[in-house]
Amino acid sequence: MAKVIMTADDSASIRQMVTFTLRQSGYEVVQAVDGRDALQQLGGRQVDMLITDLNMPNLDGIGLIKGARALPACRFIPIIMLTTESQDSRKQEGKAAGATGWIVKPFKPEQLLAVVKKVLG
Amino acid sequence: MDNQYADTFKEEAYELLAELESSLLELEDRPHDPELIGRVFRAMHTIKGSGAMFGFDDIAAFTHQVETAFDQVRNGKLTVSRQMIDLTLAARDQIKAMLDGVGQEGSTDAAVTAQLIAGFKELLNEEQAAVPPAETAMPQPAPAAAPADENLATYRIRFRPARNIFASGTNPVMLLNELRQLGSCRIVAQLRDVPRLGELDPESCHIFWDVILTTAASLDAIKDVFIFVEDACEIRIETLDNGANPDGGETHKKLGEILVERGDIAASDIEAVLAAQKRLGEMLVEKGMVTPTQVHSALLEQQQVKEVRRERIQQEERSRAQEAGASIRVPAEKLDVLVNLVGELVTIQARMTQTAAGRDDAELISIAEEVERLTAELRDNALNIRMLPIGTTFNKFKRLVRDLSGELGKEIEMVTEGAETELDKTVIERLNDPLVHLIRNCIDHGIEKPEAREAAGKPRQGIVRLAAVHSGDSVMLTIEDDGAGLDREAILAKAVEKGMVALTTELTDQEIDNLIFAPGFSTASKVTSVSGRGVGMDVVKRAIDALRGSIAINGRPGLGTVISIRIPLTMAIIESLLVQIGADRFLIPLSLVDECIELTRADVAAAHGRNMATVRDHLVPYIPLRRKFAIAGTVPDIEQVVITEVNGARVGFVVDRVIGEHQTVIKSLGRAFKNVESISGATILGDGSVALILDIPQLVRSVEVGECAALNTQ
Amino acid sequence: MSVSAITEITQYLTFKLGEEVFALDVAKVREILDFTTVTKVPQTPAYMRGVINLRGNVVPVLDLRLKFGMSATEKTVNTCVIVVEMVVEGEVMVLGVLADSVQEVIDLEPELIEPAPRIGTTINTDFILGMGKHNELFIMILDIDRVFSEGEKAAIVKTEREAVVNE
Repeated sequence: MAKVIMTADDSASIRQMVTFTLRQSGYEVVQAVDGRDALQQLGGRQVDMLITDLNMPNLDGIGLIKGARALPACRFIPIIMLTTESQDSRKQEGKAAGATGWIVKPFKPEQLLAVVKKVLG
Repeated sequence: MDNQYADTFKEEAYELLAELESSLLELEDRPHDPELIGRVFRAMHTIKGSGAMFGFDDIAAFTHQVETAFDQVRNGKLTVSRQMIDLTLAARDQIKAMLDGVGQEGSTDAAVTAQLIAGFKELLNEEQAAVPPAETAMPQPAPAAAPADENLATYRIRFRPARNIFASGTNPVMLLNELRQLGSCRIVAQLRDVPRLGELDPESCHIFWDVILTTAASLDAIKDVFIFVEDACEIRIETLDNGANPDGGETHKKLGEILVERGDIAASDIEAVLAAQKRLGEMLVEKGMVTPTQVHSALLEQQQVKEVRRERIQQEERSRAQEAGASIRVPAEKLDVLVNLVGELVTIQARMTQTAAGRDDAELISIAEEVERLTAELRDNALNIRMLPIGTTFNKFKRLVRDLSGELGKEIEMVTEGAETELDKTVIERLNDPLVHLIRNCIDHGIEKPEAREAAGKPRQGIVRLAAVHSGDSVMLTIEDDGAGLDREAILAKAVEKGMVALTTELTDQEIDNLIFAPGFSTASKVTSVSGRGVGMDVVKRAIDALRGSIAINGRPGLGTVISIRIPLTMAIIESLLVQIGADRFLIPLSLVDECIELTRADVAAAHGRNMATVRDHLVPYIPLRRKFAIAGTVPDIEQVVITEVNGARVGFVVDRVIGEHQTVIKSLGRAFKNVESISGATILGDGSVALILDIPQLVRSVEVGECAALNTQ
Repeated sequence: MSVSAITEITQYLTFKLGEEVFALDVAKVREILDFTTVTKVPQTPAYMRGVINLRGNVVPVLDLRLKFGMSATEKTVNTCVIVVEMVVEGEVMVLGVLADSVQEVIDLEPELIEPAPRIGTTINTDFILGMGKHNELFIMILDIDRVFSEGEKAAIVKTEREAVVNE
């Protein structure tokens, strides 16, 4: 059974790229347009992994990570944050909130897949 | 690969830029609003991040500067200034130019870019300006299982995860699997620290591992496996064998080969997960804490629950897929094609209804009626898809007002209302130029300089109000300013000079105002000096006419000017009334039709030559279309008057016969007839012939002016 | 367009208006249709016969006989609509012209084409590009762009007058 990965990003192009890349590799992908949307969806469904941007309207990535970790179903799932090189402190903040790892933007589809394989198998 | 997303990115970036512009303009009023600052920052951040992802490196590098500035604002290290907003607006335009120019060499001005960057650096006091995006440090894809023949080295790895490692979503087994993929690998789980079940916290990791790994991968590659956990775990990597020693190479090779043969990652991953779970159970059994049967039972339960959950997830996913379907992105051309097809369907459906009516076949008629109902529904839905809120254009105008008033040294506030009002996409696009023209006029000629306003006892700041509101099947747009209004004397003098109005003609204020829409009334150089208004107003009127809309202007001297525009919601298909005069058939837009009455010869005789009918004690002027259009033939004994209402005035149109309602797919008459005033378009009827759509507002106008002329000559 | 513009052998479609033979550059001719129902557009000059439905598009039809001072075209079995295509200010214009009958496609060498005489013909030569000779027959080569642009001007004049006089 295909694993389900959620991508939370306010950038449609990134969402599209992540979705396409993961689907091609046989994962199921659900999309969320910001942290609030993601958290709402997580409340109603089980996902195997979460990939989230850090800067998003309504609820940012850090808030999403904290919120997700508070959900019983998401306590142990891998959560990967997308960061930019200028956000090193945010990376630490994300880890403290419960992120599993990170991907630095810009990244290539292969890099994304490598990280997903790493944490999800 | 990258450019597959380039179009999405561009589309997204354009949207963000539009949003950015309105956010910036709002920010000018509320420079401390954290929500607005956040919005600006995020827009820049997304353009930068996504831009770099999809190969728009120059855009990413440039946007980085702006993002940095707003990051400082966000952190309270910088405050928003007018200068900063100017600079950011300019940067926004430059990003747009860069987007526009993608793929065209040298299409954007590098000097402008450099100048803007310098501006931002200055804002950030030089040293604060961050470096442009640097090379990224991140985990590289793990190399595939190493070829087993060269430079093999063997390592001993001690991996002791932090107790709370699960809380970070890390599954240590994954990391072990990753090590397995690097080469041949023996893993021993150390269970020394696993407590008795009563004390065991299942959410903590009590196990650590010793790994013996033989691989061609470098030490760095092994360290990379642990990149996400290195600061939370004990990781010790020691080299046991550097590969220089050929001793025992055969054995190593064999192990490596086995791993290579396993190849398929997904299969081995699943195997690994299952193996790991079993091992945990075995461990518990070994410790005598549970029996093998209990483990088996628990696994079965787990399996069962898993299946049930999966099923439920799939169910939810299906329903979610439906929700997600509520908003999808479709290229505009596809919608245009759809609307065109619906137009053709409507035409052919009309023909079917007509054919069915001609045959005495109840079943066919009922089918035709059903098709008619469905077609109408389909038409409404298809047209609805193309509806967009007009607010997107409003933002552009805010910018226009801001820039232009700055240039002219005027103080103007732009107020908009009804931004959510929806109109057909093509109508919005074609409204843009006329609206720009009108608003320009408001700023340029309408609103006075602050000093002049003060002298006139008005507030220094002028107001331009742009409002949209739904009204039946059309939208009313109002462009209003509180400026100097129109100079009616000058307009009238000009019209007389041009020979458009006789000197003796008495015109109402309204009629004088509307003269500026007359073709040939204004030329740019002359009119500004005479009336101060009306530059190219005939162009505006023509554009509005082309949209089958109407426009009126009302200038109150000293108080301001109100321009009202009425625009139909859509230009593709309308409901209309099909009428006949002689053999010719015409269409009257149903939205304008009030009622139909009969006109007998006696009625005509009783009116004593005046074209007036009495409807419920009110006089309604009418236009005998047969005479107006010089259509030959005899007038029937009883004619029909279709009474329309335009701008509050009721005017009748006399025809031979009213055939009925008609779904009218509007076709342009083309430029050969662009100057025909009483016809706004054509359509193709069910029988394949062409019928003309009457331009009712224009006909009414011509009669109104005509009546005035008639009164004046009396 | 002037006579000097006709420098290479061009193919022409010939047709008759009354007894006169006219020709049109075939490059401009899109198709030939039977003369069916034409819908008159009110308040347009008489030579603007109206509009027809050409596969879902509304196309104007001109009566050249009226343009040349003859009586209006009568509908007979031979009456045709020649559909021509031209570019006006960057826009493709499709236009139908009525012909009493369509004759044939001929080659005309440039040297056989002479400027239209100002006198000596029974028709208005304003819309004639030149006179060609074919099988001892004089053929008038039509300047269709001119016909159209004149028509457009006429319509403008009419509307302006109307705006002032109102009916």
